Amino acid sequence: MRTKQLTSSFGISALAGLAMGAMASFAMPAQAADDTIKVGILHSLSGTMAISETTLKDVMLMLIDEQNKKGGLLGKKLEPVVVDPASNWPLFAEKARELISKDKVSAVFGCWTSVSRKSVLPVFEELNNILFYPVQYEGEESSRNVFYTGAAPNQQAIPAVDYLMQKEKVQRWVLAGTDYVYPRTTNKILEAYLKSKGVKPEDIMINYTPFGHSDWQSIVADIKKFGSAGKKTAVVSTINGDANVPFYKELGNQGVKAEDIPVVAFSVGEEELAGIDTKPLLGHLAAWNYFQSVETPANSAFIKEWKAFTKNDKRVTNDPMEAHYIGFNMWVKAVEAAGTTEPDKVIDAMVGVSVPNLTGGYSAMLPNHHITKPVLIGEVQENGQFDVVSKTSGLVPGDEWSDYLPDSKDLIADWRKPMSCGNFNVKTGKCGGKGS
Amino acid sequence: MRRALRWLMALCVVVATSTAAHAADLRPLVQALGSGGYSGTEKALEQLSETGDTAAVPVIEALQAGDLHVRKSDNAVVIARKSGDAFALSDPLSGQALGQATAADVTRIRINNSLRRAISASLGALTLMSPDAGVRRSAADAVFKSRDANALPTLQKAIDKEQDKAVRAAMEQARAAILLTGEAASKMTDADIQSAVDTLAARGDRDALVLLNMVAGSGASDVTKKSAAAAISTVEQKLAFWAALQNLWYGLSLGSVLLLAAIGLAVTFGVMGVINMAHGEMVMIGAYTTFLVQEFFRAHAPGLFDLSILVALPAAFIVSGGVGIIIERSVIRWLYGRPLETLLATWGLSLALQQAVRSIFGPTNREVGAPSWMSGAFELGGLTITYGRLWIVIFAFAVFAALLVALKRTWFGLSIRAVTQNRPMANAMGIRTARVDALTFGLGSGIAGLAGVALSQIDNVSPNLGQGYIIDSFMVVVFGGVGNLWGTLVGALTLGSINKFLEPYAGAVLGKILVLIFIILFIQRRPRGLFALKGRAVEA
Repeated sequence: MRTKQLTSSFGISALAGLAMGAMASFAMPAQAADDTIKVGILHSLSGTMAISETTLKDVMLMLIDEQNKKGGLLGKKLEPVVVDPASNWPLFAEKARELISKDKVSAVFGCWTSVSRKSVLPVFEELNNILFYPVQYEGEESSRNVFYTGAAPNQQAIPAVDYLMQKEKVQRWVLAGTDYVYPRTTNKILEAYLKSKGVKPEDIMINYTPFGHSDWQSIVADIKKFGSAGKKTAVVSTINGDANVPFYKELGNQGVKAEDIPVVAFSVGEEELAGIDTKPLLGHLAAWNYFQSVETPANSAFIKEWKAFTKNDKRVTNDPMEAHYIGFNMWVKAVEAAGTTEPDKVIDAMVGVSVPNLTGGYSAMLPNHHITKPVLIGEVQENGQFDVVSKTSGLVPGDEWSDYLPDSKDLIADWRKPMSCGNFNVKTGKCGGKGS
Repeated sequence: MRRALRWLMALCVVVATSTAAHAADLRPLVQALGSGGYSGTEKALEQLSETGDTAAVPVIEALQAGDLHVRKSDNAVVIARKSGDAFALSDPLSGQALGQATAADVTRIRINNSLRRAISASLGALTLMSPDAGVRRSAADAVFKSRDANALPTLQKAIDKEQDKAVRAAMEQARAAILLTGEAASKMTDADIQSAVDTLAARGDRDALVLLNMVAGSGASDVTKKSAAAAISTVEQKLAFWAALQNLWYGLSLGSVLLLAAIGLAVTFGVMGVINMAHGEMVMIGAYTTFLVQEFFRAHAPGLFDLSILVALPAAFIVSGGVGIIIERSVIRWLYGRPLETLLATWGLSLALQQAVRSIFGPTNREVGAPSWMSGAFELGGLTITYGRLWIVIFAFAVFAALLVALKRTWFGLSIRAVTQNRPMANAMGIRTARVDALTFGLGSGIAGLAGVALSQIDNVSPNLGQGYIIDSFMVVVFGGVGNLWGTLVGALTLGSINKFLEPYAGAVLGKILVLIFIILFIQRRPRGLFALKGRAVEA
């Protein structure tokens, strides 16, 4: 869902596309299609999104490698097919089509930004294949062919706001975001939620900035000003990855401490912090469903394996990586249950599948194709890791249609037969309300 | 009152007994810090600071620094400081060394935001009597923030004893803050309230405004509310004045960043006429050079880290300038006089350079640290000026002045001007124009590299760094007048200021759009920019 500025990458994507296409066709033909089960990996390896997506490609290669060591799936080896959509949204659709039609993959793991997901969605529905989408997003969508393993707004944004309200006694809110679909939808949901909790409109400040915004002086000064009304103030940040570094640097420079005005971020994880000196940020918060610092045997094993696989002791793990871990294991389980990789049968077998997550519990696939997850709130530490200060006692089921938006509060999704509908309107009793 | 009595008794104990004796009294409380999670630690901390015993200060400081650990073998609370791979243990109260332990032997006592607040509050209350004026000052500020009524008796004593005027004022403000917001407010006389409000109004900053707003919004008496409201309007007026100045500073600061980014382009595009789309990548290369220099310092001379930026400056100039010369010799020199081809070629180059850097350094951001003299901020009246920005403003003007001198006062500058104004004539006078072209392009690129060193302090060091600045740079150069350095200066500062004055009213997104519309309209009226060049050179 995090979208990065796409100013000029079509040239390079064409080049990269050619290169990848050539590589794919040289690498594959030796093997007959029946020996292996092919798994598509659709993550940008060049262009502006490479910063986030390259890691996800690596983690998929690791998971597939591991599964093959365990003997593969249905007695066959798994074979990864990597393509590079080069941060170019239309190219995502093209590459998805290539993966499904030409390479005949059984499932695809990919996408990061919402716009790339929207771009490939019609392809998956038309060619009836499966996409696992690993990133937290704005919700308001449920497709039969997509499994959303990242967080829906109620699995990240709302618990974070609840934490600040209860533990930090926050009464005044700054909703700061980058100007595109994910922050705008999330902030709309949050604004409605806060108002439903009795927060007055004058206690909410909403601020949008362009992509890659680098001069935060006036906005941070504004936040300080807004925070001096005598009520405890917090910032809820849906600011996109690239703009975060200058934002946090400015916060540190202007002395906005987490004790006074805490900032809770939904797009800042271990990888984003790798480029910042975190000493001035001590105590600022992030809400995710996974942190590298979580101490469970499963997580330690995962981190160890990741460092060994990448041969780099400094590589960090993050939330979307865990989402792929969960999604991949769910797919493996569903394929084993269905006894085939045929998408229709796997899709039906997916609902109800439950696999261990890395934070010491089990995540289950719901009928709306979202999963159950714990919600964790972490505080930034000096070493660039997060210290978990709050964890929901149970698992939170993902809610695709927000209850706080008038357009979607009557909608539900249930892909089990006989309903099989992504937007069932409980008021009218018909499938097909607003949205897609 | 009971609390005050208890506190006084505690103080007597402090004065009367030896350190060893009351260390024993503190020990159970220190021990309690290590159990019960966040709430347990917070409770123990509260009791610890209620003793008013300054012997607790090192323990609380260790807790703040994250050095306080629980030893797993006997659950004792110890200070564990990293020494090499192991931890050196010591007793939190006596400071006695307790040997070594590995990371697996101890568990850190974790702190969260609410504990951090409590820690600074209790450290404030406990260090009000410190012999060091600086410590007393920060203690007063901490008490001002925490408004902890328990600290009031100590605060009173500290005020009576205080000799230093500034510290005394800070302490009085802290007292006013406690009196106005705590339970004590209801028992105070109107005159007392008035004096407390006056003290806060005299402070006149945002923190004071927070308190005054709290007083005005609380259930206080009408008299209190009225005097608070009057004080609020005075403070707000004062703050509005400073806010205008602050905007001016932000404008200057953004302007200087634009100037730095654009000034190299003013040479390659403005003087030479090359539409250089790879200009942003020269900035990016400068930033990565800074990263490499800092890595070198981190690895080989961590003590001299503060100087790394100074070393990075010439290094970035040479690296970016060198790449510039290579580009000029290999690509651009074949394309002089063909602007469209130059545009496409340099754009392709910029993509190639980005991907090259992405392949070498990886797609993720690289950490470039700020030297100590570039971090933090200082207050100037009501202005908050960050050191990093201040140095960038100074640096931008220094680079501008140096470039101006180089172009106007040196032989090299003379040749550049001669070649760009009349190439055949310069050639006839014996100037090797091809070499001048290469060096000029190298100079422009080198300056972009210098900009990269400065921008690495405020922006991401990532392969996309340059893209964020290329459009702005062209805007500045075109707006200021192509070929005129002074135009670039005025253009950068004007655009910076307009942007910053629009931002509070229109928001960052709309502000940017408005600036763009303004430039379009301006160029319609004056196609040659603010400072148009006159004379034959323009036609060439």
